[in-house]
Amino acid sequence: MDSREIIARRVAKELNDGDIVNLGIGMPTKVSDFIPDDVEVILQSENGFVYMGPAPQEGQEDDNIVNAGGLPVTVKTGASFFDSAVSFGIIRGGHVDATVLGALQVDEKGNLASWMIPGKMVPGMGGAMDLVVGAKKVIIAMEHTAKGRPKILKECTLPLTAVNEVDLIVTEICVIEVTKEGLVLKEVAEGVTVEDVQEVTEAALIIPENVKTMDIGL
Amino acid sequence: MSKIVTLEKALENVKDGMTVMIPGFMGVGTPETLVDGLIEKGVKDLFVICSDTARPERGIGKLIVDNRVKKLIASHIGTNKVTGEKMNAGEIDVTLVPQGTLAEKIRAGGAGLGGVLTPTGIGTVVEEGKQRIEVDGKQFLLELPLKADVALIRGSKVDKAGNVWYEGATRNFNPMMATAADIVIVEAEEIVEIGEIDPNNVVTPGIFVDYIVKGEK
Repeated sequence: MDSREIIARRVAKELNDGDIVNLGIGMPTKVSDFIPDDVEVILQSENGFVYMGPAPQEGQEDDNIVNAGGLPVTVKTGASFFDSAVSFGIIRGGHVDATVLGALQVDEKGNLASWMIPGKMVPGMGGAMDLVVGAKKVIIAMEHTAKGRPKILKECTLPLTAVNEVDLIVTEICVIEVTKEGLVLKEVAEGVTVEDVQEVTEAALIIPENVKTMDIGL
Repeated sequence: MSKIVTLEKALENVKDGMTVMIPGFMGVGTPETLVDGLIEKGVKDLFVICSDTARPERGIGKLIVDNRVKKLIASHIGTNKVTGEKMNAGEIDVTLVPQGTLAEKIRAGGAGLGGVLTPTGIGTVVEEGKQRIEVDGKQFLLELPLKADVALIRGSKVDKAGNVWYEGATRNFNPMMATAADIVIVEAEEIVEIGEIDPNNVVTPGIFVDYIVKGEK
């Protein structure tokens, strides 16, 4: 199983029945594949609808129904469409229970950098800044390191997306909760030790007595 | 007087150097016929306000590639690498704005508000040069309204009075932009008789719309 699937499977367990959830573009979108059948999550797409469904079958695409990545999707029973002001009102107004986003860097204060690398990549923040500020729970789903270099830092060095808003970090080797005291290592993947995680994490981790094994629902 | 005009007649209202709002999310909800018309007409030095610059061959992306845009406000340019190249080369002056903030700045422009207070962007580069205001112990940024000379919008169904209904996710920035420009031109996928859109289902009231141009699906 690749890292992305491990992460998506673990994040899916964070979502509760009835939650309104916004999944970011890329890996976070994969989370929806692993939501258990008995959990109904209402997916919001920030380009203007709720009750987003899976991708349509080939030939069934509707040009007017795409997700925030511009890819064709479907809508489920109960769906509604709205404009971008309403959509971000839903987001900023605290009506989204959880958002799952990727990251370039996260630090021990829960700061997030995810939208630009000066001089290299300046795609724009899109809806990410509003999502991180507005969603009740911010879950970062990302690979633990980038080309072997830690992404979980003492302090972000890239321009921030938001200050002190991240609640949970899920990587292929661990689950970390952001608290006022710092980063608490809650779970490690099977076969991974606490020391292994600290080795590839720049920020100091708080290690509770009982660090669980990551449950990816297999 | 009929609001239905030819593409050429409608685009007489768009001149070099004007501020133009163009809706769309990755091209969905963008009036492609009006954008193509702008390119055909040869308008240049535009100040474009939009959510994203789509892809090089689609929607607003075409205006970027064809060097029609001098200044740009957008929330995302990553899917059209030409925008980034021109920004880095100093050919386009780009201001990036969080998407939700952009929607509210335009809404404020159309609604006669002096701005909006949002928590989005606090402590980031977005805050630079902006006023921080505390309300009930919570920090907000003052974001000022945006207005335009012209808004080019796209309706799925438009009646002859200019009432607009949008299908699916094409709505996005259309309703706000329709309120925030001196002149509003709507590209209609389908033009219908007045009354064919139930008044309860009108999203943009026709009073905002100056010209209707028949577009393609």
